[in-house]
Amino acid sequence: MKSEESATTGADLLVKALIDEEVEVVFGYPGGAVLPIYDSLFKQNRLRHILVRHEQAAVHAAEGYARSTGKVGVVLVTSGPGATNAVTGLTDALMDSVPIVCLTGQVPTHLIGNDAFQEADTTGITRPCTKHNYLVKAVGNLARTVHEAFYVARSGRPGPVVIDLPKDVLMNKHDYVAPKMPVQHKSYRPQVKPDADRIEQAIAMIAAAKRPVFYTGGGVVNSGPKASKLLAQFVHLTGFPITNTLMGLGSFPASDKQFVGMLGMHGTYEANLAMYNCDVLINIGARFDDRITGKLAEFSPRSKKIHVDIDPSSINKNVHVDLPIVGDAGLVLEELIRAWKAKQPKIDQKAIKAWWAEIDGWRARNCLAYKQDNETIKPQYALERLYHHIKDLDHYITTEVGQHQMWAAQFLKFEKPNRWMTSGGLGTMGYGFPSAMGVQIAHPEALVIDVAGEASIMMNIQELSTVAQYRLPVKIFILNNQYMGMVRQWQELLHGGRYSESYMESLPDFVKLAEAFGAVGLRCHEPARLDETIRQMIEIKQPVIVDVLVDKAENCFPMIPSGAAHYDMLLGPDDKAQKPVSEEGMVLV
Amino acid sequence: MQTASSHTISVLVDNEPGILARVVGLFAGRGYNIESLTVAETDARENLSRITIVTTGTPMIIEQIKAQLDRLVPVHKVRDLTVEGPHIERELALVKVRSTGDKRVEALRLADVFRAKVIDAKTDSFVFEVTGNTEKVQTFIGLMGNLGLVDVGRTGIVAMSRGGDAL
Ligand SMILES: Cc1ncc(C[n+]2csc(CCOP(=O)(O)OP(=O)(O)O)c2C)c(N)n1
Ligand SMILES: [Mg+2]
Repeated sequence: MKSEESATTGADLLVKALIDEEVEVVFGYPGGAVLPIYDSLFKQNRLRHILVRHEQAAVHAAEGYARSTGKVGVVLVTSGPGATNAVTGLTDALMDSVPIVCLTGQVPTHLIGNDAFQEADTTGITRPCTKHNYLVKAVGNLARTVHEAFYVARSGRPGPVVIDLPKDVLMNKHDYVAPKMPVQHKSYRPQVKPDADRIEQAIAMIAAAKRPVFYTGGGVVNSGPKASKLLAQFVHLTGFPITNTLMGLGSFPASDKQFVGMLGMHGTYEANLAMYNCDVLINIGARFDDRITGKLAEFSPRSKKIHVDIDPSSINKNVHVDLPIVGDAGLVLEELIRAWKAKQPKIDQKAIKAWWAEIDGWRARNCLAYKQDNETIKPQYALERLYHHIKDLDHYITTEVGQHQMWAAQFLKFEKPNRWMTSGGLGTMGYGFPSAMGVQIAHPEALVIDVAGEASIMMNIQELSTVAQYRLPVKIFILNNQYMGMVRQWQELLHGGRYSESYMESLPDFVKLAEAFGAVGLRCHEPARLDETIRQMIEIKQPVIVDVLVDKAENCFPMIPSGAAHYDMLLGPDDKAQKPVSEEGMVLV
Repeated sequence: MQTASSHTISVLVDNEPGILARVVGLFAGRGYNIESLTVAETDARENLSRITIVTTGTPMIIEQIKAQLDRLVPVHKVRDLTVEGPHIERELALVKVRSTGDKRVEALRLADVFRAKVIDAKTDSFVFEVTGNTEKVQTFIGLMGNLGLVDVGRTGIVAMSRGGDAL
């Protein structure tokens, strides 16, 4: 501790450190252990605090903010229940590699371990669901820890970092020393630049391909918007087909003719068959997740595989690859483009042409087709119409989890990165609405829509109060099928259609619910009135819930049942009888 | 099918609270097994500890374990001594034997053969300190089994590469 005059309390120091990290917004909820921080926030006007209504929502909001801006999202919660409520959000951010710094209050240091009021072993609980966490035991370490936490959250493969702050540390005094930027971390220095010889090898493999496919994911988005531009450039240079993971949507323009759609469990027929039949697979920033690979033993069995990832532990984890390249997607793409242009390799145009002809044949199956009648709205139709009305507007989409999420991925088109926020890795119902709030905070003028299911939206519905308070004109577009549709679909496929607990009883009147919170509620059940309803939703500059009553029985296709290979896709309801799910498949999720 | 084999991995880490929990949690959470684990501070000035882990797995799993360890923030270095050339492994055991008569004499004689030190003695008991590779330590403990063995404490393995190179 230094001279009293110049010294600052830990809480003030924390706020200074956040401002030095160029933080603009903090999503949080107060409590006893963090009162000193709330007092410091009260005394300044650089940092904006958004009061959520549940700590899980604070983390999802910070995720939406982070994913739509590329900045680190910041969360502030109290000790004990504040911290435990944040755990789902932290796990979500870890699975989807979202940079978050979460400040948690803690009981004073002398009470730690005493089962004090609102004490939880926060560093213990969050150790497996954060990229890293800290317990700050002395005010002298506070500022340095904050700056290190931001560095860790955003560097390499991004992720959530928790800083646990005992109350006495927040009240003790110390001088603030501004950080030396960039932070030089003593042990954590992820490799971002690829090895040059790997780039050469990659170019040779790519140039020799006869049936290539690019398979790119969230790593490209996380690398920053420049990486997406470079990806488009490189994919255009080669003329090869490209598919995106759920997390990668928007990293390549969906309207581009080289784009064959999303791959994986609910991916397109053409994307999955291209994966199965390719001879060179170029994975950039994706992780061979089980939703993507299906049955591992039959995953892209004849291809040579290149895998670009910033996280060495993603390489050779599920799928053996022939050429691993550790590095940042953007930097790797830059090198690939440079090497390609220098080499001007000759590609086998004839083979590539034949490959495209084959892919076009699969495309002609029109795997996303559905039948809209005059009676009930098909969820796919609702999304197609939604896209029609928003495509020329500055818009951002978030989703909840379930069938509606997969339909949104299939039927909304993403032309740019950072426009699509969905819970991919953890599949967290309740993610979309708070995430949309975070997006709207970052982009006040944009149209932000949460594509929701009627079950998922109930999981963080209390945030209607937050959007009311901050006048956030978030739109909640509910595809209301009165079922936990995805659960029902699996029960049809795997459990003889016994709909155990998947029917949503006693749903609220969503229109009245919206009104109760000062938002606007709209309802639509006729196909003929859908366009009008969507137009209305867009025009109302307030939060809106749109309750779209859709076909209750519709299922999401194509589908690769768990444990099946890419070629074993179900293309529609009639397919299922012919392809029973294997016993190994039954145990998978 | 890849076959599993045993690997000895040295990890240089910041000596900070929770680091052991991070390492152990990683192994438990991802279903890797730990055969032996030792940890102690090795550089007080730089505040570094060295963890030695013996684990088994297929080559793919071992690569995963190393990559997962390496991405823990407080980890400085990860070295697989088993693949990086010749190395030495040692462990230490304290072995308590309670016996009298012929058995007591035999225990003492065998301790001599194994170059185990007597570090505590009563008229009816000994505590031996034995060091060596795991096989030697195990053999010694096995032999004491018939000679009044009552207690064993083992350190687990510490290991180091041969030659002049540091971790
Ligand atoms: C927090 C959480 N609990 C349970 C699940 C399992 N789950 C996945 S989808 C789903 C049903 C979602 O229903 P709804 O929001 O109505 O979407 P729909 O599938 O009907 O479009 C459930 C329960 C989950 N993903 N997240
Ligand atoms: Mg539903």
